[in-house]
Amino acid sequence: MSRLFKATVKDNSPLITDHYLLTLQPLEKIKRPSPGNFFMLSVDDSLDPLLKRPFSIYRSTAGEIQIIYRVVGKGTTILSNRKAGDTLEVIGPLGNKFPLKKKQDNIILIAGGLGIAPILSLAESVIPPAPSLLKAGIKRPRLKDKTNKMMPHLFYGARTKKEIICMDELKAIGIDPVISTDDGTFGKKGNIVNVLKKFITRNSSNISNYSFYACGPEPMLKALSPLSAKHKLNMHVALEQNMACGLGTCLGCVVKTTKGYKRICKEGPVFPIEEIIWE
Amino acid sequence: MPKQNKINLKVNLGKLTLKNPVMTASGTFGYGKEFSEFIDLNKLGAIVVKGISLKPMMGNPVPRICETPSGMLNAIGLQNPGLKGFIRQQLPFLKTLKTKIIVNILGNSVDEYIKLAEELESLGIDAVELNVSCPNVKKGGIVFGTEPKAFEELISAVRQRVKLPLITKLSPNVTDIKLFAKIAEDAGSDIISLINTLSGMSIDVKKRRPRLANITGGLSGPAIKPVAVRMVWECFRAVKVPIIGMGGIVSSEDAIEFILAGAGAVAVGTANFINPKSTIDIINGIKSYMSSNDVKSPKDLTGKVKC
Repeated sequence: MSRLFKATVKDNSPLITDHYLLTLQPLEKIKRPSPGNFFMLSVDDSLDPLLKRPFSIYRSTAGEIQIIYRVVGKGTTILSNRKAGDTLEVIGPLGNKFPLKKKQDNIILIAGGLGIAPILSLAESVIPPAPSLLKAGIKRPRLKDKTNKMMPHLFYGARTKKEIICMDELKAIGIDPVISTDDGTFGKKGNIVNVLKKFITRNSSNISNYSFYACGPEPMLKALSPLSAKHKLNMHVALEQNMACGLGTCLGCVVKTTKGYKRICKEGPVFPIEEIIWE
Repeated sequence: MPKQNKINLKVNLGKLTLKNPVMTASGTFGYGKEFSEFIDLNKLGAIVVKGISLKPMMGNPVPRICETPSGMLNAIGLQNPGLKGFIRQQLPFLKTLKTKIIVNILGNSVDEYIKLAEELESLGIDAVELNVSCPNVKKGGIVFGTEPKAFEELISAVRQRVKLPLITKLSPNVTDIKLFAKIAEDAGSDIISLINTLSGMSIDVKKRRPRLANITGGLSGPAIKPVAVRMVWECFRAVKVPIIGMGGIVSSEDAIEFILAGAGAVAVGTANFINPKSTIDIINGIKSYMSSNDVKSPKDLTGKVKC
């Protein structure tokens, strides 16, 4: 099982404006990815763009990889034009995973924007989707601890109602998220971190029983940092950064931590929030 | 039909003999370990590891890299674990390999370069490459690479203290690279390697800010290949010491271009980031080019461009 492989595009359809769901079928058996892992993808065979791009995993099994991406530049524009049947080169799965405690008391998930994709994959790894979804062909990673019956809370922030995605999938695993939008078009108006802050204040007596996992834009993660420090939360965040290799050799994607620079592609992308020194 | 003579990929770069002419470029291959799951490292001509300084270096703030047309800019800032860290964490693995191990070294003073070279020689390293051309750190490095007098003094001083093959990596950020090639040769460098990255800059027009925290960085990748080929060709005509050619090699055709321009061996850099199997694909491609063109040894191609 090589982590360098070719995959066929099975589907590449727009979800909402500028957001696409890409489904890839690896042409060989690949290593089973875990929530938090990512793949490096060649958007085409040309020398421009030159580098592969890192994408977090939305859903993945040994036979299928799903990625949600937003068109932001040249590479993702080219990717959005790839059709079913096209072949792409992929490296992965790469990076570490969200660390789950063996005996988890309660899980709190925090997603901002596209950060919902890896957060949903984490949620599905602890909560099985409804049988109807399984029948529809959607597979999920194996549930390791069958006695683990906690229902994660999800705090989900988006810019606007139109950019809220994955609601059906969340419903299928029984998660009813607390939502906020920057413009107030859905859920609470404002920043999701402020909504979470109120929840933590209300539950401050037993907050040490919770594990927190967050993925989203850097300002959101940065805002979580003082909150986590104040309440001594057990929180992990998934980071992103420009990458050249994804393998830990170029040292391009580092983050400043209390233990010096660490590679997001290798020691990360998931880090304990208290380790990160925000620039 | 006469039976074709067997191809031999072996090359001699002065006293440094490689099983084939393909090596890795410093800074693009880490210390080898990360690539061992993709390729058989023993098949490489040599591994040139990421630059080592006497003391550990933290490197530059992020963003450290950005992509440019057919290339990338980097300003890593020579992050490395220092000599002791290298010996402890990386050398044991490298020692198990059956390929030549070359260590790229850098310092803030002539003394630091000497200490590094002497220590590495005593540890049985096959060659050292003097890094005098990194454009991304303020002290050391580039000063030695762009000031002819400092450049000459450094190479002579190191030469007097070690016997192992000495490679000098030339900076392309000079008016006349031939001048530096000649100085390196005269000062006792056994081999010259070129080119290091070209100093460059990229600006995000939306934010009106440089794309790299370091503002400027080193350009690598296919975008710099024609510049590198030209410089190898110029140096080949100016000096007698063997040349390791590099700069944007992603295919065996690219590698052969460098060899025809005058390189005795080539180094693959940025291509390792795109495809971790690049080096092996390039070795195989050179072999089949030699086979279909009835070339018995890479040295029969070196400098054989018809101008």
